[in-house]
Amino acid sequence: MSDSLHIAGKTYQSRLLIGTGKYKDFDETRQAIETSGAEIVTVAIRRTNIGQNADEPNLLDFISPDRYTILPNTAGCYSAEEAVRCCKLARELLDGHDLVKLEVLGDQKTLYPNITHTLQAARELIDDGFKVMVYTNDDPIVARELEDMGCVAVMPLGSLIGSGLGILNPHNIKLIMEEANVPIIVDAGVGTASDAAIAMEMGCDGVLLNSAVAHANQPVLMASAMKKAIEAGREAFLAGRMPRKAYASASSPLDGISR
Amino acid sequence: MKLTVNGDTLTLQGTTITDLVNQLALTGRRLAVEVNREIVPKSQHGDYALQDGDVVEIVHAIGGG
Repeated sequence: MSDSLHIAGKTYQSRLLIGTGKYKDFDETRQAIETSGAEIVTVAIRRTNIGQNADEPNLLDFISPDRYTILPNTAGCYSAEEAVRCCKLARELLDGHDLVKLEVLGDQKTLYPNITHTLQAARELIDDGFKVMVYTNDDPIVARELEDMGCVAVMPLGSLIGSGLGILNPHNIKLIMEEANVPIIVDAGVGTASDAAIAMEMGCDGVLLNSAVAHANQPVLMASAMKKAIEAGREAFLAGRMPRKAYASASSPLDGISR
Repeated sequence: MKLTVNGDTLTLQGTTITDLVNQLALTGRRLAVEVNREIVPKSQHGDYALQDGDVVEIVHAIGGG
């Protein structure tokens, strides 16, 4: 059965998008990401350490852009201007690669998206030819605006970044999905495999996560769990779940019982 | 000449961005460079003559979500 994810003209078999932050070292990063089966991998753009050891390893030596779709993010940007600048640096860094994850944050305590700046940055980036996957809140009206503007994927939070609280408002995520014509990817909040499965069972097109794997006691094992959860949740969505009922309904025939 | 590179003051022995990258032992690395907030494409690093007082940013990819 062909059931692939399409983003900005590219086809992906995996619906798990994964971050590269917070791992113990690059070896663990590489192992976790390989195990997860993810094809889209986020990275951050930061100042190079001046005076660093010339032999210091580089993330992209472990996570090759030849193998993965690298998705540079604008994490840490608190204004549209900073986010746009960051995306332009990423495009230069990655030889013209124009797919980006836009996130413009509101404050450090919540890392909640600043929607005013997110909308402004999305507009500027799209006008400049970027393909924008956008981190946003779970407001269906904002999601629609971002889609209408031309974002290639809308990525509402399940709960706060790094919180591991799961999907706190599934009803809003459903409202977003009902209207959407671009992939809806739950970004942020997934804490364990069941959270990812719930997102997929609801009909989300994908899940983007980082901490749930990197901060697990055994990240590589959790990466394996996430792969399965995403696949199981997707299959359950496609299969269509049974209706919920208030009362019991026996699975075994009621006739022919020896008395 | 004196430059500000990633927020630190630095004396460049040379003139071009490629000279700077080499001096910082970053040769061959995957980088992006801004001079005075304007991106200078890789293809121009060898020709781009830096000026005294230029503010340079050099970035790379690191782990992130």
